[in-house]
Amino acid sequence: MIIPALNEASTIASVLTTLAGSSPDYDVAVVDDGSTDDTAAIARAHGATVLSLPFNLGIGGALRAGFRYAVAQGYDAAVQLDADGQHDPELIPVLLEQLTAANMAIGSRFADGGADYQVGRTRRIAMRSLELTVRVLTGRRYTDTSSGFRAFDRSVLEYFAQTYPAEYMESVEALVNASYEGFRIVEVPIDMRERAGGTPSTMHLGLAYHYVRVISTLLARVRSRSRVAAPVAPVTGGPR
Amino acid sequence: MIGLTGLFASVGVDSLFASVGVDSLFASVGVDDRLDEIGEMTPRTHLLVMIGAVVCIGFILRLVRRHGLRSKYALLWLTLAVVVAVLGVFPGVLVAVSRLVGIQYPPATFLAVGVGALILIVIQFSWEISRLEERTRVLAESAALLAAEVERLRASVEDEPQAPGDAPGAVPPDDEPSST
Repeated sequence: MIIPALNEASTIASVLTTLAGSSPDYDVAVVDDGSTDDTAAIARAHGATVLSLPFNLGIGGALRAGFRYAVAQGYDAAVQLDADGQHDPELIPVLLEQLTAANMAIGSRFADGGADYQVGRTRRIAMRSLELTVRVLTGRRYTDTSSGFRAFDRSVLEYFAQTYPAEYMESVEALVNASYEGFRIVEVPIDMRERAGGTPSTMHLGLAYHYVRVISTLLARVRSRSRVAAPVAPVTGGPR
Repeated sequence: MIGLTGLFASVGVDSLFASVGVDSLFASVGVDDRLDEIGEMTPRTHLLVMIGAVVCIGFILRLVRRHGLRSKYALLWLTLAVVVAVLGVFPGVLVAVSRLVGIQYPPATFLAVGVGALILIVIQFSWEISRLEERTRVLAESAALLAAEVERLRASVEDEPQAPGDAPGAVPPDDEPSST
């Protein structure tokens, strides 16, 4: 279980408690992305392994740290989960059982069977164009490219531990990269809970810039498929 | 700054430097006056450009000595400073080059080459910053992983204070008060 967390002290305890209640067999790693509150201490008190990044790396960096941890510890699979309580731990087995037939499973808010999830008009246009880009590039339709509820098998973990993109909206780039690498990716419809805390990101100029950046980055891949992030030196040590 | 000095010098608006009086300022803007003086400089302007270049070179050398500016960057800026100084002292070079490439107004040559060079340098810096950022990220991730590993090992040591093979009754090593 990989949980990236930035200043989630208000929600992390309940997430970890729910997790321990519904699925006590899973090891939990909370990646504390340079939080300034008690996120790390609370997570540690709840029995999670805490990877404390010395400063904020953004969601991509936090995830890559989590992937590297999973690989170094020799796990066969990992599930990524948000720290704000949006994702129902009951659905973790649903994602994991997809890994028998696929390398990566994405919990989708929009796939058939998932609950309605309201977003603003501008946001929807931006998401649609991104979706279209991904569709053209991968030849497949993904309904929720920015989902933070995903399961990965060992091969994808190893790939992402080396190459997971660092910048904002990294999940889309990661999806296209993994798709090009030939990994099998499936979407699973999920219900999202209301956020237990925090505010959702709204459409503004900065976000619009990121949409443009991601789309153009993706399109650049069409011409050079070998473009991947610089390889990461493996961390030595760890059991097994 | 030195670039600006060099520019003014090569334009030949030495009277700008010569006096801040409003009268001479107006005079220096006169079109005929300027056209005649393209490529010409008074000794005063020569001196200003040279001082500017020397100050700039001195500043760079100081950065290298005291603050660890890497010599590869120092060499870059020193080369630029020397080029500007040469142009300041011998503006004829700029005029000749301008004629050669067909630019009528020598300062335009200076600006075009200057902007081009700076853009190349900045692009190179962007690349270098990207590389450094990536390395920093990897280091930060590694630091977090190693810290977690240390914590795990410490916990396991505290759980089983006696390593197998220790003499019976041996005092477990307690050299580190675990304050975490």
